[in-house]
Amino acid sequence: MFEFIHVLQNQAFMQNAVIVGLLAAMACGIMGTYVVTRRIVFISGGISHTVLGGMGAAYYYGFNPTHGAFVAAIIAALLIGFVSLRYHQHEDTLIGALWAVGMAVGILFIYNTPGYNVDLMSYLFGNILMVKRESVLFVACLDLVIISLVALFYKRFLAVCFDEEYSRLQGVSVEGTYLLLLCLVAATVVMLIQVVGIILVIALLTLPAATARYFSQSLGKMMILASMFGAVFTTSGLVISYNQDIPSGATIIVVAGLAYIMATALKGLASRFRSYNKK
Amino acid sequence: MNKTVVEIRNVDFAYDDILVLKDITLTVEDGSFLGIVGPNGSGKTTLLKLILGLIHPLRGSVRVFGQAPERARPSIGYVPQHAEIDSSFPVSVMDVVLIGRLGKAPLIGKYRKIDMEMAEEALKEVEISELRTHRFGTLSGGQRQRVFMARALVGRPEILLLDEPTVSIDGRVEQDIYELLKKLNKKATIILVSHDLGFISTYVNQVACVNRSLVCNPTENVTSDVIGACYGGPVHMIKHKCEL
Ligand SMILES: Nc1ncnc2c1ncn2[C@@H]1O[C@H](COP(=O)(O)OP(=O)(O)OP(=O)(O)O)[C@@H](O)[C@H]1O
Ligand SMILES: [Mg+2]
Repeated sequence: MFEFIHVLQNQAFMQNAVIVGLLAAMACGIMGTYVVTRRIVFISGGISHTVLGGMGAAYYYGFNPTHGAFVAAIIAALLIGFVSLRYHQHEDTLIGALWAVGMAVGILFIYNTPGYNVDLMSYLFGNILMVKRESVLFVACLDLVIISLVALFYKRFLAVCFDEEYSRLQGVSVEGTYLLLLCLVAATVVMLIQVVGIILVIALLTLPAATARYFSQSLGKMMILASMFGAVFTTSGLVISYNQDIPSGATIIVVAGLAYIMATALKGLASRFRSYNKK
Repeated sequence: MNKTVVEIRNVDFAYDDILVLKDITLTVEDGSFLGIVGPNGSGKTTLLKLILGLIHPLRGSVRVFGQAPERARPSIGYVPQHAEIDSSFPVSVMDVVLIGRLGKAPLIGKYRKIDMEMAEEALKEVEISELRTHRFGTLSGGQRQRVFMARALVGRPEILLLDEPTVSIDGRVEQDIYELLKKLNKKATIILVSHDLGFISTYVNQVACVNRSLVCNPTENVTSDVIGACYGGPVHMIKHKCEL
């Protein structure tokens, strides 16, 4: 622990890692809440995996892969959103296809990139210790955009997620709101890829929110609590992985998963206890 | 001469290939209290959805205040028969009622103080002020129906569409809600789907019997025979007098 603090005080890479972890936690708490309550986990999974195509293409053509990821995520969100609105019946099949094709395209691009072969593993499983200062800035900007848009459209998002039909009767463009929501999920996915990589994104997006749901009466409280859980999970996962010298992304997810299981058990025990007391 | 609020002319409607409503013509005038009756699956809910513009007719036209239904929506309140609601969604009763103000509140930012006050008032009208902060998912069926009723009232609608709003509401409150509707009827046109023919005969001033087509046009004297013809058999009208 002391060693970790010492490194944190002296090494830029660890400072970057902790800051990106905290910034990402904020976004994942807010957007994860929508993903969990609106039940769009599969759709979000589709967005995050399709992103590999964009990262691979950016890498091949010599752009910053994070920027490629961002563009790909937004395109994937709009495409998948359109599919889910238009072809609701076949939604899962079509998203499954996009998911796989996006990844395959990414792998082909990376394979064909001449010269130094990029570490594919770091795209898939993340490497928060490699995050650069400029990425920190990028993630901070995304956070700002997500937080301000959610603050502005909070009541609209809530209405559309809770009752689509009645929102439509209130003159709200349900489709537009839904697509905006998916774009914000996409931006969050791009951030989280820096932390835990493509494969594990969906866990970090859902586990803090799912844990927070047990203790929240309202959407807003669930967001705040989920962000706090996210911050605890990423930071503690980082400390443990550094001390044990094990992969950071996987450690963060294991911490989050254990916390979720514990919360589930706790909740079950609490309701048992309550019904026992009533008898 | 009263002005026409809802005008449905020669409307056919089909889900996929199955004709559900056939050649419906119906006009509702300002200030009326129209009861819609008919057997299960006869197209009552479908008729309300046409008036709301949630679905569109195969043939014929639907006008509300002389406009397309979509444009009249700000002045319509609606209590659905079945809402597709996820019980585990973390929203309070107040949050749900406020959705009824969404169209009138500013596009961005929070609800205004006046929206909150009107929501409080709507909750009081359906007698569930004390549930204000409860989570919606924990309410009983009847309580939920009252929340939906409050949500429909909070926008101060000029037309109120209610699809069997009292099926799971207890007798005492049911009576109060009918009285409330009667009071609201002074300012708003009300269209109500109900199987409660006793209620229909006591409160409404027009009845439409739907069974694929409109069996009886809203007339001044609806007898149990006419309604029976619509249901395809004799119908017992509780405490009925049919002095409509
Ligand atoms: N979404 C749908 N897709 C296909 N058919 C539908 C759909 N909704 C309703 N129907 C059909 O349309 C017919 C009319 O349905 P509707 O819901 O309008 O009946 P209703 O008069 O409201 O019945 P109830 O008294 O049970 O509420 C039914 O036969 C039903 O099978
Ligand atoms: Mg119905």
